Amino acid sequence: MDDRRFKKRTLLLIAYLVFAVLPVYWMVNMSFKTNEEITASFSLWPHHFTWDNYRTIFTDESWYSGYVNSLIYVGMNMAMSLLVALPAAYAFSRYSFLGDKHVFFWLLTNRMTPPAVFLLPFFQLYTTLGLMDTHIAVALAHLLFNVPLAVWILEGFMSGIPREIDETAYIDGYSFPRFFLTIFVPLIKAGIGVAAFFCFMFSWVELLMARTLTSVNAKPIVAVMTRTVSAAGMDWGTLAAAGVLTIVPGAIVIWFVRNYIAKGFAMGRV
Amino acid sequence: MKPVNQKAWLMILPVVICVAFSAILPLMTVVNYSVQDIISPDRRVFVGTDWFKQVMRDDDLHAALARQMTFSLAVLLCEIPLGIGLALAMPAKGWKSSAVLVLVAISLLIPWNVVGTIWQIFGRADIGLLGASLSGLGIDYDYTGNSTHAWLTVLVMDIWHWTPLVALLCYAGLRAIPDAYYQAASIDGASKFAVFRYIQLPKMRGVLMIAVLLRFMDSFMIYTEPFVLTGGGPGNATTFLSQYLTQKAVGQFDLGPAAAFSLIYFLIILLLCFILYNWMQRVGTVSEGEAANG
Repeated sequence: MDDRRFKKRTLLLIAYLVFAVLPVYWMVNMSFKTNEEITASFSLWPHHFTWDNYRTIFTDESWYSGYVNSLIYVGMNMAMSLLVALPAAYAFSRYSFLGDKHVFFWLLTNRMTPPAVFLLPFFQLYTTLGLMDTHIAVALAHLLFNVPLAVWILEGFMSGIPREIDETAYIDGYSFPRFFLTIFVPLIKAGIGVAAFFCFMFSWVELLMARTLTSVNAKPIVAVMTRTVSAAGMDWGTLAAAGVLTIVPGAIVIWFVRNYIAKGFAMGRV
Repeated sequence: MKPVNQKAWLMILPVVICVAFSAILPLMTVVNYSVQDIISPDRRVFVGTDWFKQVMRDDDLHAALARQMTFSLAVLLCEIPLGIGLALAMPAKGWKSSAVLVLVAISLLIPWNVVGTIWQIFGRADIGLLGASLSGLGIDYDYTGNSTHAWLTVLVMDIWHWTPLVALLCYAGLRAIPDAYYQAASIDGASKFAVFRYIQLPKMRGVLMIAVLLRFMDSFMIYTEPFVLTGGGPGNATTFLSQYLTQKAVGQFDLGPAAAFSLIYFLIILLLCFILYNWMQRVGTVSEGEAANG
């Protein structure tokens, strides 16, 4: 009985992995084909193998600067999100104070604003502040949906750490900043890793805000990719190659946090 | 119980400032639009709640809302059980677990417009693997012409895109359960189902709450992927709320009604999330109480 159940689960897993990988394989497959081959015929692997699509991206500045811009604002956003979320998550996990639950839910509500109409006031706000087309503008705008999530995740990790640790440290004469940086942060480093992963992910894949707030100097890769649609005929090959390259930074990040995820977190008391 | 300490406000102040910076002004601007008729940048007339009344009576909006509700419900019903199932099936240790984690997470890291583009090609019967395979099986598959196919394709795309989020969170929740719990269960001779129901599920409550809420609100605001894949068609089979709102705001440039629509839209998500949030918190505490007693 146990054995059969194990097999069923493994089958489910393998079936899902195939389902998960096939569309990605199709994109990789396309990225090594010429545009004629992509649109003219169906082929399971590239018959006229070519590196041209990748060459275009790595030699054309308007392409590769997109990746650099994206990485800059995503990095800024990750750093800012974590810096402000750490003390807040500590406050939520350790103390009760006036309006704590309301503030917590209010933070979450900021993930629920439908973008379409809010883009215009965003554009006006950042234009007035003279921040248009800068990396910091996108990083600040993305805080709106990343900070609430970072606070939520970190709060969950912190609640799993007994309060006795804080109290012992204070009795031993640690000041709060010293306790927080030398004792507490190392204890929740898995949480920081997981929160960083989620911030990276949501900021990296977001299109609408990033596109609205940038034009040339800080244009992210997701916005650069939309232009192949308007060109005469669709440049599928380059688009696929660019798509493949957007996975790479994320795959590196997940490789670094995989152990934190595998170690487990329950978000709260276990 | 946590000690009361009002100074904790100082620690959450940076977060409040950061978020309020991008949240309050845009929200107030949208409220401002929603009560005015903007004829030109210099000429605006205060119209009170007219736009809200007009939007509430809009039949197309009701249809879009119904489609949206059906879609979000379908998303939750498919992705949550599948995500839990996957999390249970994923290997716990070793290189296999690392490899599976990375493979599963890949779809999360693809920009949303690329996700749409991938599926646009993937589903085409002439040059896409999915389309070609389905045609090979004798199914007359055409996501650009058949509404049912289009709707299902968007759903499958969303399952492909977002189930990993549920799976990763649940996986992490499962790994946090100490072995002692399983040993105790096997001494009691508990069945697999009992282990799942009374140990694994309650311990996954925290991560499941994040997964359900995130999946609900994000699927309720889904825009980029169906926009690229189907453009809301055929007809309006895949025109969900965001898509409809954008057509109004950008296409017809009716800023007033679009703003009123946004606010109603926002309040609907808010209300549903609030109900979901409180319900999940209560269910969690009740079942934890049961486990403690039983």
